[in-house]
Amino acid sequence: MTMTNKEAHSDIEELLPWHAAGTLSRRDTQRVEEALARDPELARRYAMVREELGETILLNETLGAPSAHAMEKLFVKIDAEPARKPAASLNLGARIAEFFASLTPRTLAWSATAAAVAILLQAGLIASIVIREKSAEGYETASAPSTNPGVGAFTIIRFAPQASSDDITKFLQANKLQIAAGPMSGGLYRVRVAATELPKAELARIVKKLQEDKVVGFIATTE
Amino acid sequence: MQTTSDEVLIARIAGGDRLAMQVLFARHHVRVYRFVLRLVRNEATAEDLISDVFLDVWRQAGKFEGRSAVSTWMLSIARFKALSALRRRPEQELDDDTAEQIEDHADNPEVALAKKDKAAVLRQALGKLSAEHREVVDLVYYHEKSVEEVAGIVGIPEATVKTRMFYARKKLSELLKEQGIDRGWP
Repeated sequence: MTMTNKEAHSDIEELLPWHAAGTLSRRDTQRVEEALARDPELARRYAMVREELGETILLNETLGAPSAHAMEKLFVKIDAEPARKPAASLNLGARIAEFFASLTPRTLAWSATAAAVAILLQAGLIASIVIREKSAEGYETASAPSTNPGVGAFTIIRFAPQASSDDITKFLQANKLQIAAGPMSGGLYRVRVAATELPKAELARIVKKLQEDKVVGFIATTE
Repeated sequence: MQTTSDEVLIARIAGGDRLAMQVLFARHHVRVYRFVLRLVRNEATAEDLISDVFLDVWRQAGKFEGRSAVSTWMLSIARFKALSALRRRPEQELDDDTAEQIEDHADNPEVALAKKDKAAVLRQALGKLSAEHREVVDLVYYHEKSVEEVAGIVGIPEATVKTRMFYARKKLSELLKEQGIDRGWP
């Protein structure tokens, strides 16, 4: 069954508001544009639609905005809500989206480099231990640095977005740091500052010192 | 500059991130407010309602499945809240609204046209549309919602969305004609 001209015209005419607002599918946009090109009366009516669009926007824009108290009211209500469990309920897709959104393009660029640096450092550390162990003729000192990533003193670091991979490499080397994990959500890295556990005061002193480096955007102690 | 998407903000809100809630609120509260205000026609009520709308967003963020845009989802919540508030509204306020809709016959059409330019008359006519027509016009023209999205927000079939918009525009032409502006359509 084919549509009559009148029906087809009406169908296209109904789409004009969405065409003016730019919210039609590509296919419908093409249909409307073709109809507008061959039908001057439809084009005249489209001009009316565009007028309506402009004035509706203007009308809404003159409606003003809520007072600054609106957000306060909202957070008073949110504060009265029961405490929420951590983001355990987030699905995998949301977590992946969350992770990538937390990284700026530049961060993303050096994340790969930082990961490579971490692997190199780790390889270097393992190699040095192997060499030392070999040179000790099978004798292993009790104080040999552990390569167990779970042992030692750790901080959580987010590197400054403007820091280059060179800056980060130098920073890690200069301070004898090892990336143990990351990047985690929010672009954070778990960084080992010592191979053995340190007293809290000592760890705090190290964190304070590292914080002064321009490469560090955020740093905190962690278990 | 990178902007965090609404979907990511919702995921963070589901995890209890208040900062993400602030960002989402800052991004959308004015449009949600205007949508609600056009429905309830009372600034104080509209302002109260937006905190309710965003509280629902806070509560339901974990259930958001991304089947529609976040802004579409929020407008659906806003519409539900606005209609519920209208049902609760005392008769006195309803009478005030009805009074707003009554046409001013003090000026004949020619005088009215002389006083105001065509654009102003058109805006006035937009204000005189029924709530049902106003809603669809705002969603299409101001909130830039597709046929499918309007259908989702209002809860009607897509074909009905198109015909409702068509008749809202026809009514607009009639209102303009009453004010001395003949658009030659319908």
